[in-house]
Amino acid sequence: MTALKKLPLRVFGVLVALWLVVPTLVVIPLSFTDRNSFSFPPPGWSLTYYRRFFTDPQWFGALLNSVQLALMVTVVATVLGVAASFALVRSRFAGRGLVNGALMAPMMVPGIIVAIAVYTAFLGWHLVGTVQGYVLAHTILALPFVIVSVTAALRTFDRRLEQAAANLGAGPWATFRQVTLPILLPGIASGAVFAFVTSFDEVVVSLFIQSPSLQTLPVKMFTSVTNEIDPTIGAASSLIVVFTTLLVLIPQLVRRSNAN
Amino acid sequence: MPTDRPASDQLGARLRITGLTKRFRGADAPAVDGVGLDIAPGEFMTFLGPSGSGKTTTLNMIAGLEAVTSGTITMDDKDIAALPAYKRDLGMVFQQYALFPHMTAAKNIAFPLRQRRMARQEIAAKVAEALRLVRLDGLAERLPAQLSGGQQQRVALARAIVFGPRALLMDEPLGALDKKLREELQVEIGRLHRELGATVVFVTHDQEEALALSDRIAIFNHGRIEQVGTAEDLYERPVSRFVATFVGDSNIFDGTLSGDTLTGDGFTLRVPRTGTPGGPAALVVRPERLRIADAPAPDGNALSGTVTDVVYQGAYRRILLEFDGGVPGTVREPVGAADQVRPGDRVHAAWDADAGALVADASHGGHGAAPESATARDDTGGAAMMDGAADAAR
Repeated sequence: MTALKKLPLRVFGVLVALWLVVPTLVVIPLSFTDRNSFSFPPPGWSLTYYRRFFTDPQWFGALLNSVQLALMVTVVATVLGVAASFALVRSRFAGRGLVNGALMAPMMVPGIIVAIAVYTAFLGWHLVGTVQGYVLAHTILALPFVIVSVTAALRTFDRRLEQAAANLGAGPWATFRQVTLPILLPGIASGAVFAFVTSFDEVVVSLFIQSPSLQTLPVKMFTSVTNEIDPTIGAASSLIVVFTTLLVLIPQLVRRSNAN
Repeated sequence: MPTDRPASDQLGARLRITGLTKRFRGADAPAVDGVGLDIAPGEFMTFLGPSGSGKTTTLNMIAGLEAVTSGTITMDDKDIAALPAYKRDLGMVFQQYALFPHMTAAKNIAFPLRQRRMARQEIAAKVAEALRLVRLDGLAERLPAQLSGGQQQRVALARAIVFGPRALLMDEPLGALDKKLREELQVEIGRLHRELGATVVFVTHDQEEALALSDRIAIFNHGRIEQVGTAEDLYERPVSRFVATFVGDSNIFDGTLSGDTLTGDGFTLRVPRTGTPGGPAALVVRPERLRIADAPAPDGNALSGTVTDVVYQGAYRRILLEFDGGVPGTVREPVGAADQVRPGDRVHAAWDADAGALVADASHGGHGAAPESATARDDTGGAAMMDGAADAAR
């Protein structure tokens, strides 16, 4: 009875999911084409464009840049985000709401506005086209994700555990390292994953602050789509789709198998 | 009493608190208001009181989890009030266990030893011994989530005693357990206390628990200690109406004292001779001191009244009365008693003149029943008697 009642809901859910996912998945067969065009379905299959992606210094260099930047952003945004979360959750100071709003703003302000603001500021500071500039800009965009995830973990954290640790002879640092941090780790890890992904697929701000010598993969893909017809973009897109999907899914799968 | 402990090896610490006060920001009344107490080495001291009476706050200040507003806390004559919690070397058991969820039982118990940079083999030996002491051998590698409530509390106990603290603080450690487990762990805690010889400060709102475990009990109310004494002191010689009603059932008669008679609304009672000056006072008589009689007894006290209810409780019966003046009463009778009274029967309740305890009536200048809070806030009579009780116990 209830299964029958739920059927329309399920059908609807599956349709919405397909509608969201299928256009993204179309790119995967496209990436295995043997033609120099985007005809779909591909008339023949080959690995040409994967080979080109990993051998062309422009494509592969962009990938390396993106990975390096994303790793740096992950470290910086996670450390800052954890510190900010502690301040936001555990202390009462004047202007706390304002600070919270400012930190979360990049999540709500349209990307193009952030991009123009960052570009203007970076011109004056000579940060355009530099590693520092990229890390700074991407960290600002990634921080809200870390803060949302860590503050959520911190709000449900039982502070009596810290009292118990202190009672048992652990000083503040030992308590943080041995009790607080390990318990918050799942929240911090998911924040870190989001920080990585945010930086890795960020395109708008990166377009503004790119330089010929420092280009990220999304920027390279964007220019490829706008300026040339190169099916390598298909291989690049497929790799990113698979990679980011795994990145988000693996922690969940690990957690589920732990629960069992 | 602490004196019959093997005090020779001096395991337990002497804890002394004086004028301890805690005022939370924004609160109009202090949560703890000038509490003073001297806890002997190896003594089992219970803080008993309703919630919000300041007993847990006092314990937290001793543990260093709550800052002291004013007053001193000394441990073996060393002032510890300013020490951070992690330097106090006191074991503590929390109501909700507070086990580290990411560590196994063994790791939880090893935690205080690791903080003390103990050698690995020594840690392993001590953990094994602590697990044996709380009868949890074999569960060392379980995570807290894989243990029952009672087992979790045993791990918490083991963790609190494994580093050999000379005083053990327990904040309603049995509060989250069901009745059967609670009784089982009560026995366990009593045994651990005897075996370890550590001083124990135990917080509870359960009077049965307090009576079963303690050497002495401190009754907390409104941030103050109303009375400190042995279970017998509190039961037989309560110093205030609050203590009389909080520990056990009682019949309370309000009146005016002059000499050794108390005159109230429609009754005149003979009371135990004390040095108390005349004035408003209340007589407290425990239900088992009363007996049902057909006619007024020749000596002692007898009041007539109507039976309102008879409650069968296994080994005894509780007979609820309404005395003629309107005062409610309770008589506790062994089940074998001959006369079977029924609701509606007219009876007399009789007791010996020296069976009750006189408590000061705190309603200044007023007559009759004093409001609970006014009685509870009485600090003149209560404090004086409290010191007396504490001295007697030393």
